[in-house]
Amino acid sequence: MKTEMICIVCPMSCHMEIEQAEDGTILSVIGNSCNRGDSYARKELTMPMRMLTTTVAIEGSLHRRLPVILTGEIPKEKQEEVMKEISKICVKAPVLYQQILKQDICDLGVAVMASRSMDCYENE
Amino acid sequence: MQEYDVIIIGGGSAGLAAAIEAYKNGCEKVLILEREKELGGILLQCIHNGFGLHLFHEELAGPSYAERYLMLLKETKIETKTDTMVIHLSKDKILEYVNPKEGYVKVKGKAIVLAMGCRERTRGAISLPGSRPSGIWTAGTAQRYLNMEGYMVGKRVFILGSGDIGLIMARRMTLEGATVVGVAEIMPYSNGLPRNMKQCLEDFHIPLYLSHTITNLYGKDRLSGVQISQVDERLQAIKGTEKEFDADTLLLSVGLIPENALSLEAGILLNNRTKGPLVTQSYETTVPGIFACGNVLHVHDLVDFVSEEGKKAGYFAAKYCIDNPDLMEETIQEPITVEAAKGIIYVIPNQLYVNKLLEKQDFLFRVNTPLQEATIIIEKDGMLLKTIQKKHLAPSEMEKVTLKKEELEGIRGRLSFRIFAKGETV
Ligand SMILES: Cc1cc2nc3c(=O)[nH]c(=O)nc-3n(C[C@H](O)[C@H](O)[C@H](O)COP(=O)(O)OP(=O)(O)OC[C@H]3O[C@@H](n4cnc5c(N)ncnc54)[C@H](O)[C@@H]3O)c2cc1C
Ligand code: SF4
Repeated sequence: MKTEMICIVCPMSCHMEIEQAEDGTILSVIGNSCNRGDSYARKELTMPMRMLTTTVAIEGSLHRRLPVILTGEIPKEKQEEVMKEISKICVKAPVLYQQILKQDICDLGVAVMASRSMDCYENE
Repeated sequence: MQEYDVIIIGGGSAGLAAAIEAYKNGCEKVLILEREKELGGILLQCIHNGFGLHLFHEELAGPSYAERYLMLLKETKIETKTDTMVIHLSKDKILEYVNPKEGYVKVKGKAIVLAMGCRERTRGAISLPGSRPSGIWTAGTAQRYLNMEGYMVGKRVFILGSGDIGLIMARRMTLEGATVVGVAEIMPYSNGLPRNMKQCLEDFHIPLYLSHTITNLYGKDRLSGVQISQVDERLQAIKGTEKEFDADTLLLSVGLIPENALSLEAGILLNNRTKGPLVTQSYETTVPGIFACGNVLHVHDLVDFVSEEGKKAGYFAAKYCIDNPDLMEETIQEPITVEAAKGIIYVIPNQLYVNKLLEKQDFLFRVNTPLQEATIIIEKDGMLLKTIQKKHLAPSEMEKVTLKKEELEGIRGRLSFRIFAKGETV
């Protein structure tokens, strides 16, 4: 059985073709430009994973929100639950780039970290 | 009047890369002028990941990509001024800026790099029918409000246009608890990257209506609903195909336009396809010593390409400033035209100076319609130079072709790019 799939790991968006046996075993993946495409195709057909980015509240800085990213992907259907947990986080400036803001979110084994640094700023 | 080697207008990814490269290539007095309170440009509001896989071999969030460049910048002696708006630029490379600390200032650059980015098309630019209630935003403005200030612009959202910013906002608003009721795209194909179609719409079961546009807006003070209709091949609404949606918010993701008010003032000629300056292989505009890169030149979807372009423009600006071309005996020469022929919207660079050919010359272009199994045909003075087979081409995905110096040598009149679709006859 052949499945066509577009790799979404990076914006190159390679068009791939996956050949599966009757029992679902993956026989071959073609069309990917790098290894990440291959592993994405395999995972997407078994357990789809997604990266999650959002913001948390920050005090004493130029902006009111600090952008955050997870240290690893989570199962696709866990996104909503993780969003709820992250929305409880509130931090104070200054924050360092890649500073960990919460460990092991929702027991998924990944942490929430700042995707930029944010200094203190006196809002006039 | 203060004089600098290279002045860069705009501190986004293009401007940062250009400044760092100009500095590395021997320019001591480099200045970046940025109107926002911090450097980084549009990346700072693009909190999603997917940036930098090609340059850093990592998948970074937009702000992280900017942070990496700001760290590189800190290692240099490049001067930066934020909260500083450039208000005028002239042919002789004198520019005027204003900021709260210094007031109004005039400076001169031996070379100038334009890196002002782009702006979003608004409803005015696309003329929407119906009433004029509040609740209508460009997708980028809504993104800035949500990601930097924490304001949700609405609860039931309809999105017009399938560009990437709109798709990314569809996911973002959904994750924040809003309901995105639909996305309408006037073209029969999506304008966003496939990865965004999948992760932002399909994952959340948000319907996409291709070949549809908005035909009416409802609501008095605040938007209460939208009506969409299917369009025919001439993009005209078809009667009887109307669909209505309850929505308090409409996001417009209908395209970006390079920000070239300053370029026009300096007398720089623009390309009517890209709406950005006409440039040579050195990224030099039609005004000697003024260079352009990033979204101000042509709208990019990959930041890696923006940085690459910024780096090149910075390198050539440094070279211009060090070689001091005003003192050099110029070999007056007509440039070769790079032509975007059948199936191609534009090619960058638009012009080539044969005496300045690079060892490897990159050409960036976009096709005008999605194609499977097509051939890119490159002709040199009307003779076939090269053919490249492509499994898949789309307007939303910029293509890059690299030609070697030997391949281009001897060219006299014109280099042309065109597309030969599968099944087409000559
Ligand atoms: C919403 C969105 C999502 C994107 N998503 C992705 C993605 O997922 N992956 C990816 O690789 N790429 C993505 N891109 C593309 C890429 O990030 C951008 O194209 C790139 O960052 C643009 O860089 P730039 O420097 O040309 O423009 P900008 O970042 O816009 O920088 C221009 C700067 O110039 C300043 N400026 C303008 N006029 C003046 C003036 N008169 N005086 C002083 N300063 C001025 C502006 O304030 C701004 O800071 C996205 C782009 C957008 C808009
Ligand atoms: S296969 Fe590699 S290059 Fe292609 S889209 Fe996937 S990650 Fe990007």
